[in-house]
Amino acid sequence: MSELNKLGLAEARDALRRGETTSLELTEACLGAIQDAGALNAFVHHTPEIAIERARAADARIGAGDAPAMCGLPIGIKDLFCTRGVPSQAASRILEGFVPEYESTVSQQLADAGAVMLGKLNMDEFAMGSSNETSTYGNAINPWRRGNDDAALTPGGSSGGSAAAVAADLCLAATGTDTGGSIRQPAAFTGITGIKPTYGRCSRWGIIAFASSLDQAGPMTKSVRDAAIMLGAMCGHDAKDSTSADLPVPDFEALLSGDIRGRRIGIPREYRMDGMPARIERLWTDGADMLRDAGAEIVDISLPHTKYALPAYYVIAPAEASSNLARYDGVRYGHRAALARGDGITEMYEKTRAEGFGHEVQRRVMIGTYVLSAGFYDAYYNRARKVRTLIRRDFENVFASGIDAILTPATPSAAFGLGEMTDADPVRMYLNDVFTVTVNLAGLPGISVPAGVDEQGLPLGLQLIGRPWEEGDLLNTAYALETAAGFVAKPGKWW
Amino acid sequence: MSIDQDSAAKVAKLARIRVEEDALPALASEFNTILGFIEQLNEVDVADVEPMTSVTPMRLKRRPDIVTDGGRPDKILSNAPDAREGFFAVPKVVE
Repeated sequence: MSELNKLGLAEARDALRRGETTSLELTEACLGAIQDAGALNAFVHHTPEIAIERARAADARIGAGDAPAMCGLPIGIKDLFCTRGVPSQAASRILEGFVPEYESTVSQQLADAGAVMLGKLNMDEFAMGSSNETSTYGNAINPWRRGNDDAALTPGGSSGGSAAAVAADLCLAATGTDTGGSIRQPAAFTGITGIKPTYGRCSRWGIIAFASSLDQAGPMTKSVRDAAIMLGAMCGHDAKDSTSADLPVPDFEALLSGDIRGRRIGIPREYRMDGMPARIERLWTDGADMLRDAGAEIVDISLPHTKYALPAYYVIAPAEASSNLARYDGVRYGHRAALARGDGITEMYEKTRAEGFGHEVQRRVMIGTYVLSAGFYDAYYNRARKVRTLIRRDFENVFASGIDAILTPATPSAAFGLGEMTDADPVRMYLNDVFTVTVNLAGLPGISVPAGVDEQGLPLGLQLIGRPWEEGDLLNTAYALETAAGFVAKPGKWW
Repeated sequence: MSIDQDSAAKVAKLARIRVEEDALPALASEFNTILGFIEQLNEVDVADVEPMTSVTPMRLKRRPDIVTDGGRPDKILSNAPDAREGFFAVPKVVE
């Protein structure tokens, strides 16, 4: 078989089980593709020795008739996941040189399911960003370009390296994490599928924390079926995460029938933003038509507090970040600033954090510090948490009225150029998350599915939002949308 | 509400991030842009609304109050910038 790295998880799994290829061949094809793709800056820590060792072990398991869900399938791991013996630094200078003595629950479960880790993937620093431009490793580059224009585009963020790597066939799939849209927005920008499950589905243990009440891990894949396979391997109860849900994990793949007859799909009128590009609007209408043609009923719905989701998010997420990132103080791990004569512990903290954190991270930690500080806690933080209650209630009301899933655009635009937002104020960058952030605030599952291309040939995604814990039904609706949209475009190889 | 340079310096101090004097005006201006955006929340009627404290309503699991882990100081210290004699080392804290 040629170009094994271009396979998806399901195809590769089936080929392995039929004995048509080996994990070692798949893994070597991916390692070769990674070597040729330095220009994308997607993989930032390479682990070929681990990959080869796991591939051989997987081939032995397959040979012995013991092939769990991800057995022998080469994947990339976002740098936010702690991986034993392999640098894990959340794309931050402050964790330079940090090599964990432990493995995150999600990456351990993937390894237990036979997955082969190829290396660690680029991202925004501490997952704070929407363009992968805040990484200490430099920008990850989108394999897609605008027609024949060679301007470098963002793969989105924060899981930009994961998105670029999957879209460019450097790996079969990758892990991502999503706090405000960090799986779904980069998936949409690179023409791949990404699902953020219900809060509590995936253990957060060993994933470097950004905003603990919003963070969730999820798969970034080449198809909805692949997302179902990989999500199943990532989910499950973990005693080491107190918010991990003790619920059975269904066989998500077995639920992909494509039959959505009678499903009620909501179209939220508040997501029709002023100044939305006509192409995005048409994509959304086309998506609704596809679901209707597949037998679903399309219903206009209202989520009245949508407008307040972003401002609430930009209080809550920085507040949690300021607490979580307090641990980076130059004492237990990572960077410590060189001290001048007479410097005490306060100078050590302040210099270490000034040197170790990038600009966006510093800004968010300080905003979080401010909204939690005495005198402002009620005005900002508590008010934002009350608005969060209202945002969740909006969704509860809609689901209680019989809506099964909600269809929205995934992003307000296609991928933009790297550097294009450099001079914009921070709030303009935050607007990238306008359609995705509500889902994190409400703790719901959301999936981005590639559904079309814009005038310049760049991919565009649609988002489906599901009921809590019903990822199986959500994936099935996404599967029907994927089938109808028939998105097959791939970026031309220039790297 | 708007943040002046003194407040920006105070926030930086609370966050234990050194910000040079000449960077304070730009920082204060960025804070004001973001806080201006956040101010929209004041339009929402939140009377009688409880703040959201748990994402999914669930009772946290309990376990026996016993030691389940530990006894590996070498691993704990393996990433420390400065570790001596089984301890994390820091500059002098108390005179």
